Amino acid sequence: MAKEKPPSLSVQAFSDHHVITQPNRLRKVLRRVDEKDFDDPIARAEKALAGLSGEFNDWMAIECERLAAAHAAILKYGFSTATSEELFRAAHDIKGDAATFGFPTAAAAAESLCRIIEHAPDLERVPAELIAHHINAIQAIVRENAGINNAGMAAALSQKLRGVADEYLAAVNRDRPEHLEAILAPSIVPAE
Amino acid sequence: MFRIDFNKLRFLLCDDNAHMRRILRTLLHSFGAREVYEAEDGATALEMYSHYAPDIVITDWSMPIFDGLELAQMIRQPDSKGNPYAPIIMLTGHSEKRRVTMARDAGVTEFLAKPISAKGLYHRILNVVANPRPFIKTKTYFGPDRRRNTGSTYIGPERRSGAEAEVLQQPSLLEKARISG
Repeated sequence: MAKEKPPSLSVQAFSDHHVITQPNRLRKVLRRVDEKDFDDPIARAEKALAGLSGEFNDWMAIECERLAAAHAAILKYGFSTATSEELFRAAHDIKGDAATFGFPTAAAAAESLCRIIEHAPDLERVPAELIAHHINAIQAIVRENAGINNAGMAAALSQKLRGVADEYLAAVNRDRPEHLEAILAPSIVPAE
Repeated sequence: MFRIDFNKLRFLLCDDNAHMRRILRTLLHSFGAREVYEAEDGATALEMYSHYAPDIVITDWSMPIFDGLELAQMIRQPDSKGNPYAPIIMLTGHSEKRRVTMARDAGVTEFLAKPISAKGLYHRILNVVANPRPFIKTKTYFGPDRRRNTGSTYIGPERRSGAEAEVLQQPSLLEKARISG
């Protein structure tokens, strides 16, 4: 596709903007198929993803090690820009990946930690236990996942942490309406 | 019913997390894609974008060096010699309203919140292939039309002005490149 000659653009000029329409050269990759076509690319991809699932526990363990290392750096060097960003990125990756890897409650705890890092006005003044509890919880959820069915306990733990974190964030941001709004706003992104 | 011939599409993936790149690569290959290029930071992705001219870019937001938002802004340079119109799908753990608005204003075409699903990714790709939006250029924005509601009844302060359109035919990107080169 990318090697083909680019088509001409059509530009409509208005007083304060231009509307630029490019002929859709990607349309050529669309093909009409019969309703009875049994080839389902989504099912095929889900099956391939399931084929990877044997590696998810190991991947999650690696993500947890990164999170623990980022926390250790903060305990040693304090909250510099570099150490704070690495802790955020490690937590943010778990927030994004953990549900795919089969650890949705770890994702929820990681999201709560991300919110603390993003919205606390001064990370040095965040109770150290609040951050440590989040990290310990994520590690425990991942570690215990292979054992007995702890899903209910893990969910309760994540919810409790989120409650405590939100209460803290609401209190320290009471004079910062833009953060308060972000903390209280629900996600607007559709699930799929 | 329509299907996409993924084997005719060229993808550029940008995510600093190797596990997520593996997931994305697996999904795209399962859909049928053959040409999937990968970058682990925004700077490398921009270089690969110029070199490989992908049809679709899928990028994470949070990355070292420069992030997915900056990558989108750099691709959406209307006067660049490269292609500023390629669809950009932002796949990210950020899902707050403020972040979605920022991504939209940087010229991102579609937004997909993690956790990723095969269905979610497929439908975003289908949407950018089958239903491309025109681009809007203003003093402060260049990117896909941010208004999905095409109704003409909106009379609020953000309504664009200008009644009659003056239609200008522009040279193709290739012709532009030849002229400037």
